[in-house]
Amino acid sequence: MSGPGEFYQRDRTWHPPAYSPDYKTSVARSPRLPLLSLENTLSEVTGPVFGHGDLGPLDNDLIRNFAKDGDPIGERIIVHGRVVDENGRGVPGTLVEVWQANAGGRYRHKKDTYLAPVDPNFGGCGRCLTDGEGYYHFRTVKPGAYPWRNWVNNWRPAHIHVSVFGSGFAQRLITQMYFEGDPLIAKCPIVQTITDQAAIDALVAPLDMNAAVPLDCLAYKFDIVLRGRRSTLFENRLEGN
Amino acid sequence: MVQPLNYLKETPSQTAGPYVHIGLAPGAAGFDIFHNQLGAVVAGPDVPGERIRIEGLVLDSTGAPVKDVLLETWQADAAGIHPHPDDPRHAECAPGFRGWGRVISDFETGLWTLDTIKPGKVPGRNGRVMAPHISVWIVSRGINVGLQTRIYFADEEEANAADPVLGMIEQVHRRETLLARPSGDGAYRFDILLQGDRETVFFDI
Repeated sequence: MSGPGEFYQRDRTWHPPAYSPDYKTSVARSPRLPLLSLENTLSEVTGPVFGHGDLGPLDNDLIRNFAKDGDPIGERIIVHGRVVDENGRGVPGTLVEVWQANAGGRYRHKKDTYLAPVDPNFGGCGRCLTDGEGYYHFRTVKPGAYPWRNWVNNWRPAHIHVSVFGSGFAQRLITQMYFEGDPLIAKCPIVQTITDQAAIDALVAPLDMNAAVPLDCLAYKFDIVLRGRRSTLFENRLEGN
Repeated sequence: MVQPLNYLKETPSQTAGPYVHIGLAPGAAGFDIFHNQLGAVVAGPDVPGERIRIEGLVLDSTGAPVKDVLLETWQADAAGIHPHPDDPRHAECAPGFRGWGRVISDFETGLWTLDTIKPGKVPGRNGRVMAPHISVWIVSRGINVGLQTRIYFADEEEANAADPVLGMIEQVHRRETLLARPSGDGAYRFDILLQGDRETVFFDI
């Protein structure tokens, strides 16, 4: 095989464990037997390919993509960053999808019954493709914190859910972006499923005044790292011939 | 001291949460926003191959269906070719074949349904051949890192017996957790058990 080979092994000690009893829902939904480690084949190094034809022009503008008769309520922000791999190389043309609660902490979802109101001008989802160097950006409003049923008084810190593909199915990742300075981060059992503080810090987006638009909106920078791939320094016979 | 190894660390995973549909399947969340729902069509109408429907439940440790789960699937076409530039034969992949599907469970019953074509055998490592299979990625509330498994087909006995991945599963009876079973008229049943005596085999790929 010419070109890159397998993905680097995922560091399972860096990710949260499946079984995290303080996040109660994980208890009945976590496998107890060890994962079977599989060397990459074509099924893992390939994955879906997306193009601009898949998206609409407002898909990455959450302020406008659901607006009916005005802008949504809330603190206007830009979220931007770069998708790179563990080798530091930009991942071009990859699909980034986001979803979030509105400024009051309410999701537009038929299963969300929180008492904060739905915003008629806010859908809460967006998507975009990274550019040729891996950069992406969204415009939205800052989501609110909200309560959730775990312990009686648990609150999620403000967060944006982020889904990323990469080039191979083995890179598929969903995570959550948090906001610099939020005191709820340290109190959240979902955040704290991650045991390494450095890994938690990697999910906290700093305020980025250089990307803010004066008199318009603030900005937060969130870089995303996907698994890197081996170089084929020696033939590793991925496809077997 | 030695030179630093300047690799970055992968962004850590977090659960998809209960409202994953808003971002990945907004129609199911109850509103219409994008003109194009991604992952709805794995194989366009002109793609050759046997049309199949796979349905099943994702069950938790108590045997209850997980009703807020989202599955993504990835597979080769009927000739065993992936529509991706790293597949050496990708130029021959069937036109209109996407290979990727995204399905969610019914909010009331937990049943999910995937309409696709049966994939062909795919070249494996070291000259081995992998039996027809569909890769699956499973996310939901309570799942901290997306789970990876494969769907094989119970009616591919000969190919399954030679499959190097199934062959790696030490407890032979656990291989059956990866077999979709024919239920008639091109339909298959594939339940995923997150935990318990018949826990599905999940992979670290």
